Amino acid sequence: MSLNNSYSFQQSWFFDSNSMHKTDLQALLNKRILILDGAMGTMIQQYALDEDDFRGERLKNHHKSVRGNNDLLSLSKPDIIKTIHAAYFEVGADIIETNTFSSTTIAQADYSCEHLVYDLNYESARLAKEVAEKFTSLNPEKPRFVAGSIGPTNKTASISPDVNDPGFRAITFDELKQAFKEQMQALQDGGVDLFLIETVIDTLNAKAALMAAFELRDETGVDLPVMLSGTITDASGRTLSGQTTEAFLISLSHFPLLSVGINCALGAKNMLPYVKELSRKAPFYISVYPNAGLPNEMGEYDETPRMMADQLQEFLDDGLVNIVGGCCGTTPEHIKAIAEAASRVAPRKPIVVQTSELIG
Amino acid sequence: MMNFILDKQKVDELNAGLAPLKLSGLEPLTVRSDSNFINIGERTNVTGSKKFLRLIKEDKFDEALSVARDQVDGGAQIIDINMDEGMLNGVESMVHFLNLIQAEPDIARVPIMIDSSKWEIIEAGLKVVQGKCIVNSISLKAGEADFLEQARKVKRYGAAVIVMAFDEEGQADSYERRIEICERSYRLLVDQVGFQPQDIIFDPNIFPVATGMDEHKLNAINFFRAAKWIRENLPGAHVSGGVSNVSFSFRGNDLVREAIHSAFLYHGIRAGMDMGIVNPAMLEVYDDIEKGLLERVEDVLLNRRDDATERLLEYAETVKGDGKKKVVDLAWRNAPVESRLAHALVHGIDEWIVADTEEARSQSARPLDVIEGPLMAGMNVVGDLFGSGKMFLPQVVKSARVMKKSVAYLEPYIDAEKMSGDRQSAGKVLLATVKGDVHDIGKNIVGVVLACNGYEIIDLGVMVAPEVILKAAIDQKADIIGLSGLITPSLDEMVYVAKEMERHNIAIPLMIGGATTSKVHTAVKIEPQFAKAEVIHVLDASRAVTVAGSLLGNDRQRLGDATRKEYATMRSHYENKRSQKQMLTYANAKANRLKLHFDQGQVIKPSFIGVKQFQQIDLTEVAEYIDWTPFFRTWELHGKYPAILSDAVVGIEATKLFADAKSMLDKIISEQWLEARASIGIWPANAIEDDIILYSDDTRKTELDRFHMLRQQAKFVASAPNLSLADFIAPIDSGVADYMGGFAVTTGIGIEEHIQRFEADHDDYSSIMLKALADRLAEALAEMMHKRVRTEIWGYASAEALDNVQLIAEKYRGIRPAPGYPACPDHTEKNNFV
Repeated sequence: MSLNNSYSFQQSWFFDSNSMHKTDLQALLNKRILILDGAMGTMIQQYALDEDDFRGERLKNHHKSVRGNNDLLSLSKPDIIKTIHAAYFEVGADIIETNTFSSTTIAQADYSCEHLVYDLNYESARLAKEVAEKFTSLNPEKPRFVAGSIGPTNKTASISPDVNDPGFRAITFDELKQAFKEQMQALQDGGVDLFLIETVIDTLNAKAALMAAFELRDETGVDLPVMLSGTITDASGRTLSGQTTEAFLISLSHFPLLSVGINCALGAKNMLPYVKELSRKAPFYISVYPNAGLPNEMGEYDETPRMMADQLQEFLDDGLVNIVGGCCGTTPEHIKAIAEAASRVAPRKPIVVQTSELIG
Repeated sequence: MMNFILDKQKVDELNAGLAPLKLSGLEPLTVRSDSNFINIGERTNVTGSKKFLRLIKEDKFDEALSVARDQVDGGAQIIDINMDEGMLNGVESMVHFLNLIQAEPDIARVPIMIDSSKWEIIEAGLKVVQGKCIVNSISLKAGEADFLEQARKVKRYGAAVIVMAFDEEGQADSYERRIEICERSYRLLVDQVGFQPQDIIFDPNIFPVATGMDEHKLNAINFFRAAKWIRENLPGAHVSGGVSNVSFSFRGNDLVREAIHSAFLYHGIRAGMDMGIVNPAMLEVYDDIEKGLLERVEDVLLNRRDDATERLLEYAETVKGDGKKKVVDLAWRNAPVESRLAHALVHGIDEWIVADTEEARSQSARPLDVIEGPLMAGMNVVGDLFGSGKMFLPQVVKSARVMKKSVAYLEPYIDAEKMSGDRQSAGKVLLATVKGDVHDIGKNIVGVVLACNGYEIIDLGVMVAPEVILKAAIDQKADIIGLSGLITPSLDEMVYVAKEMERHNIAIPLMIGGATTSKVHTAVKIEPQFAKAEVIHVLDASRAVTVAGSLLGNDRQRLGDATRKEYATMRSHYENKRSQKQMLTYANAKANRLKLHFDQGQVIKPSFIGVKQFQQIDLTEVAEYIDWTPFFRTWELHGKYPAILSDAVVGIEATKLFADAKSMLDKIISEQWLEARASIGIWPANAIEDDIILYSDDTRKTELDRFHMLRQQAKFVASAPNLSLADFIAPIDSGVADYMGGFAVTTGIGIEEHIQRFEADHDDYSSIMLKALADRLAEALAEMMHKRVRTEIWGYASAEALDNVQLIAEKYRGIRPAPGYPACPDHTEKNNFV
């Protein structure tokens, strides 16, 4: 009987795994805090692109406006995306995210771009990997990784969009699972090193993504690590679908995640209690990538790199995190400041679940 | 008597190193090996509750939800849901009910137990619940292959599982069969599926006692023994069971049933049963069971006497009763109706809402008073609690639903009142969540509240493109357009919609709302784009009613003026703040200048070049150009002329003041108190970088003068240019021959003598009045001279025909910046004119 190995992933998947990525990542995560990149949207905004830029040749005659569909730029303006990836690697990011936050058939339906989903993911992964490999070859001591970004989609499986019909659902688990699986397959084909299921606002959506990951493993035999990051949306300390941080963690702990964490919606300061809770209770590595503060009245983020790094200092000093980066409003300058702060402290020590007293 | 008391030390040693069982609804539930007994609510089960079955069959899901809520209120820590009935579509009923529960935070906070003997119902249930559920149940009934497949799926959906002591041979009824099947199941789950041992819960079958059949005499004891064995031998595993089954023989006699349940649980828990499906309302406190009854019950459970069953039956005959009534704290029902409505809204309870609404209505003068009074007050409490993090979104949505129910009840009364002519239709409000944004809860609440107040709502839904909004507004003749959004890109989208409305000349007031919107953003970004009608930021649904009422009523002018003024102040504060905060270098500001395209064809050559002087100008003509609004502002009377004269608050004072002003103005003109003079000039001009060069004649050889214009250096948000007046004169390298005009006016000549006269009389009122009028006349003269330049002296707009209101609104071509004012803050350039 191998009871003691069957429930704690640090003891199970690592030894079972034959994947290089897991081994590399695991070794690194035990050594130091890894740096995730910052915002993609904020960087894209600075280019002030117009409708034609977004369309490129391929969608020249598309019947719908596609401006604002940032993921499209991987096809129409790949050089911009590569420049942004490189900017984050230059300031010390270990992991960058592909430009695929909305590259599911569900999210792309708003722009009638469902037919592009495979290419969006494949190309985004390919070009991110290209940049990562360039940086790794320049400095093999610091290997760079590409995480396939999997956003929540704009539909929720456990919240009704119709206030008068609470039993209604705009999307089902199976539809979500199918969309996520297509996205993950294309990301995997394009060469990502791991998946990042992020900005989880509805836990049921995330469960569908995890089911997709399980099935993809069965079908392809490839076992990429999965990071998962939820979003606490308001002052009540809950996800949009109403779960507390611990309920969220419990609902997703059936998957041997690489890491669990929190991103978006709040600035670092407001995230602290929830990250602490995860750090205390999760048998996974912990990630955190806050926004550059809360949006101000004009919808802008105005925490400077210094302010953000200072706020994250408490997370670092308390040994709460293993992976840290930035979300909305952050720039390479922010990531640079965060990377510097993180380089001075040791990573969080993973929990080895041994006695029930550790929990709760 | 056989010992079946759990050896706790043995269990602790066995479970050392194992995590506890963790479940979740909206909130977590942790079951440790030493936790207290976990109550699982059993009433939401169509096979066990006739009432629940009837509600589901009759599609009364609202009441079915109350059954679930009663369970949770009554102390259930998990609720079991079962839809296994031949006449029901099990999958559909399960999915629908679970979906409804997700929208009831006070129920959904606990974990769900999905109970069915059909795998497809279980799997359908697992696909709609976000928390970590318990599957009830799987077993070896159909062989190992099915068992393993189902277990693997349960694991991937992230649920715990109840395993029935059932195998290919049938249901376990002896102690030996129970432990044999449980051990075999456990090994398969842990060794082959990799199931977390703490996520395994065994149900070793609770069978009825006191049936009169000898083979049932050991039913309770064998369950207790099996529970003990499982907890002491299978690490991590838990034991549960359906308790009501044990008292099946005493249906109809709740008093006896409750005693049996309590006594069974008392012994079951001591044996290691750590969870159970029970009806918390059907439990007596063990110590409160009447001693005679307890003794007879325990005789049966523990098989202590051969005649135990007969003795209990005898006793039962004497005590037929109803048992206990359910205990839910209903103290709030005794409060006054206003408090009850507020309570119902805050807690999302719709059970009594119609009756309470009726009561409030019958006490109010008008049905609308109920909405505007207690209901809005309740929603404000909800808003405050949400804002401070004491409520969360699903609860707020529920509150909105209760509100809607109450309103729906009132609607016929409101309509009836309308029909009887007491009240006119309030107007059409078009609502939309802007393109790119899918959030609509706030918008829906605004819609509901406005609809309650008699507005007709045109709801375009979410992700609405600007052209759709514009078209619908025109086609359906909307009176107000409300834009909503939650995410930050929606802010830009709203600016765009405002621009489009301006461009298409759609003069419909615009209300802006939603979580990321703000008064500042509306003032700084949206309002300047849209001058055709009012733009008003609306903080919440309750304010939407007041604002809509004002916009479509007599108060429109005042609200519009007050808002415009407030927003203008906010803009200037904002600009001041940000210009202090973020400045560009001069070089960068220059690089970001406004790049206009100049074309000689657009420049109309002046019919006159040089300087012209005018003296003794007829003040009667000048007076026609007076803009009276600033005159009232001088006197601290705020409002737009002429509306200010009939303003509810300041109208009377304004009218008196205006009469005095008119009478003094007549004297100024007839007695020639003041002399007006003006001097105008038009010169060939070109810009070199930020300087404007004036030439003495059209050969442009001799430089007459050079204005050094300032340039904005503030860092702007959306790549707006940094302006300088020099940008508006053709640059010299464009080769375009451009011109600039300038003028100086006065109407103050002669004023001193009259001022002294008034001051000698200590008549400050007249002194201030005269200065104020002279100020107005000077402005009016500037307006008049500007017009003459346009229409005659330069003559580039000879066909212009604008009335004074249009002049004040600067509808003409060209600008008239004054040194010392924002476009040209540098006073030193004035010297160049002299």
